[in-house]
Amino acid sequence: MTHATHTADLMRSPVPAEPGAGVYSNKLGMWVFLASDVMFFTALIGSYIILRFGMTDAWAAPGAVLNVPLTGLNTFLLICSSVSMVKAYAAIADGKKYFLRPVPGKTLRDGGLKFWLLVTILCGAAFVGVQVFEYIKLVQHGFTPAGYREGSELAELALADPVKYGAATGAMFGSTFFTMTGFHGFHVTCGVVSMTYLYFRKVLPEKYSPQDYRGIETIGLYWHFVDLVWIILFTIVYLI
Amino acid sequence: MTSVAHAKPDAHGGGGHHAAMSFWQKYIFSTDHKIIGIQFLFVSLFFLLLGGLLAMQIRWQVGFPGKPMPGGGILPESMVSGGVILPEYYIQLVTMHGTFMVFFAIMPLLVGVYANFLIPLKLGAHDMAFPRINMWSFWLALLAGLIMLAGFFVPEGTSRAGWTMYAPLSARPDLSGATVGQMLWCVSIVVLGLSSVMGSVNYITTIINHRAPGMTWFRMPLSVWALFVTAILAVLALPVLQGAAIMLLFDQTIGTHFFDPVAGGQALLWQHLFWFFGHPEVYILILPAMGMVSDIISNGSRKPIFGYHSMVFAIVGIAFLGWIVWGHHMFMSGMNPTLGSTFMVSTLLIAVPSAIKVFNWMGTMWRGNLRLHVPMLNAIAFVSMFTIGGLSGIFMAATPVDIPIHDTYFIVAHLHYVLFGGSLFALFAAIPFWYPKMFGRMMDERLGKIHFWLTFVTYNLVFFPMHMIGMGGQMRRLYDPTIYDFLKPQQPLNEFITISAFALFAVQLIFAFNFLWSLKKGKVAPQNPWEDNGLEWSLPNPAPHGNWAPHTPNVYRGPYEFSAPESGDADFLPQTKKLPTDRDPVPAIPPAGH
Repeated sequence: MTHATHTADLMRSPVPAEPGAGVYSNKLGMWVFLASDVMFFTALIGSYIILRFGMTDAWAAPGAVLNVPLTGLNTFLLICSSVSMVKAYAAIADGKKYFLRPVPGKTLRDGGLKFWLLVTILCGAAFVGVQVFEYIKLVQHGFTPAGYREGSELAELALADPVKYGAATGAMFGSTFFTMTGFHGFHVTCGVVSMTYLYFRKVLPEKYSPQDYRGIETIGLYWHFVDLVWIILFTIVYLI
Repeated sequence: MTSVAHAKPDAHGGGGHHAAMSFWQKYIFSTDHKIIGIQFLFVSLFFLLLGGLLAMQIRWQVGFPGKPMPGGGILPESMVSGGVILPEYYIQLVTMHGTFMVFFAIMPLLVGVYANFLIPLKLGAHDMAFPRINMWSFWLALLAGLIMLAGFFVPEGTSRAGWTMYAPLSARPDLSGATVGQMLWCVSIVVLGLSSVMGSVNYITTIINHRAPGMTWFRMPLSVWALFVTAILAVLALPVLQGAAIMLLFDQTIGTHFFDPVAGGQALLWQHLFWFFGHPEVYILILPAMGMVSDIISNGSRKPIFGYHSMVFAIVGIAFLGWIVWGHHMFMSGMNPTLGSTFMVSTLLIAVPSAIKVFNWMGTMWRGNLRLHVPMLNAIAFVSMFTIGGLSGIFMAATPVDIPIHDTYFIVAHLHYVLFGGSLFALFAAIPFWYPKMFGRMMDERLGKIHFWLTFVTYNLVFFPMHMIGMGGQMRRLYDPTIYDFLKPQQPLNEFITISAFALFAVQLIFAFNFLWSLKKGKVAPQNPWEDNGLEWSLPNPAPHGNWAPHTPNVYRGPYEFSAPESGDADFLPQTKKLPTDRDPVPAIPPAGH
């Protein structure tokens, strides 16, 4: 275990090598994976753009079908979780492994890795919870992946005002909406599960140190990416 | 100490503290890149055999339509009637032949086997960057293969929409007649995509970050260059197919209408998504073959590869152009014809880097001291067959020519000239070449040569006449050519192809026998049987878990220094051999303890 004396090198490479990307492999691997994930969302979002703007009939005004204020709040929650992720990263880079610690002369206590990662996990989980709630409400209202359900409240509204509710394009709205937001929700869920795993396996036993916090930085990259995708999705699905 | 567990390459690097691994740890749930490569080899050779068996049934029906297939009696009533292949089963056969050959035979054989096996060995790394993800990549690929295979055993049979899964046929069970089988195709492709992405992330990271000191970018063997570019293609292309397969699955299951024009979806959208993946996939299936053939031709010619840098740039150029040509699969789909002209021009451009490669291979062999061993013979066959396949590709890239030959056997001929004549001949070169590194024994040379010559002849007898019957107008996937009067005069040629195809299949049994027999009875391999320069030959055969660990080799030169004056009596100069004039490379990370 000769390399034990070289913990600082773990942020780079454990064996002698040619100069590579200049970052340790976990981080590089995550970047490559994110490039791949960009292509996955490009397939979904690109199809949405083609299907929606290739339509000759009117597309529903998003606010008529979707609960935009609730999802706006959810978006805020996800952005907050990105901030807390950065705080978690900064905490462990400064060696703050603790949960909360009083600071002399200040009323607010100082958060460490354990605190900020927990905040991130909770915000992420809350996001998924709100999304599930939103889905249930939408389906009850009559909005399904197959379009506006026959005989539902939404279908009747669409009959009354076909332009506002995009009566002719409801099937495509449902298809694209549930696929895109659903896969984003799946990504958030994967992130929450991974962070929870890290929380119990690495963070609580204090296995991260300022010399090696690769797991936090790597999952952080993923988390910010998922957040970014949501900002795009929120804009093009809920706002436009 | 706590963080040491992360340091995979060191944590289980050789060193002898792993002597007591059980059979399961060592051969089944192994994280050793070499074992994973060998696992891929066995599994994908099985799927290659399966794909071949499906092809034989297709050929029986096309050559002898309406006649009972020998052995057809063992198939259930849903597939055959009185031994005669039913149309419903025939379309399953063509769908699954394409699917298994592309996704579960050629792709894992080239990438799963050789990217795993060669990248760390040729770069002087102890293992992949993420050995455990690598293991998962194999198990997911196997799972995907089994899911796909399961399609044959569900009541309505497997998918019937052709391997390209054109919508709306694939999206609407009421049109295709297959419900579960169609879904299994989509699920399998999503799992396979995940496996491919996991593998490719590993390959890219390993190549960038885990090269031994002195292994600069332009000292990498062309096989590694090709696998690197292939991995980039896979990482960016497979997710698009995954996204498309998920949309297709949702169309079949939860009632979305992405590809159903009746409800406002677009059938052409599927084709765009599929071929946006599909054309980079074409290069995923040929670039690694080109890379390995470059290594083998340089070795067999005992000369440095001609135009190393232009070879690298040609690989990158082909890969880049591969992204902007997908529309050439869709000239006849109803796509805007102006767009078709654009795709025609970009497609024709690919001939330039491809021709550079072909001429460089010929330049390498020119006045070389040729050693016509089995890998070299197959590599030469690769070059010649790939050239024919490439030239027929230019026919189809030109829109005016494509219009009459679209969806005919001419396409089938072209595809098999690049995929069998190209990729598979490259594999027949690569498998015996690296066999000693995998198993410590040589494959039999004489059987190898018999296999090569018989394959080369029968292969051309099968696929060359397909150009002609394609020009004669025979459609691919056609159940029974004799129902059309204008195709009846070609039926003797179809029978000839079928008989040749059976011969071609039979010849492959020689290869299978040679492969299996040599595992136990082959000649024990010397350390460097091909007198090659690659890093992998500086290790014993087979190489131990962890490769060089805990050490890393120093690299002093590129991999193609054959017949160099400074190599003395030998005509090769290994990359790790230090000459008095060589200086040690300076690694970015000093070895531990310094």
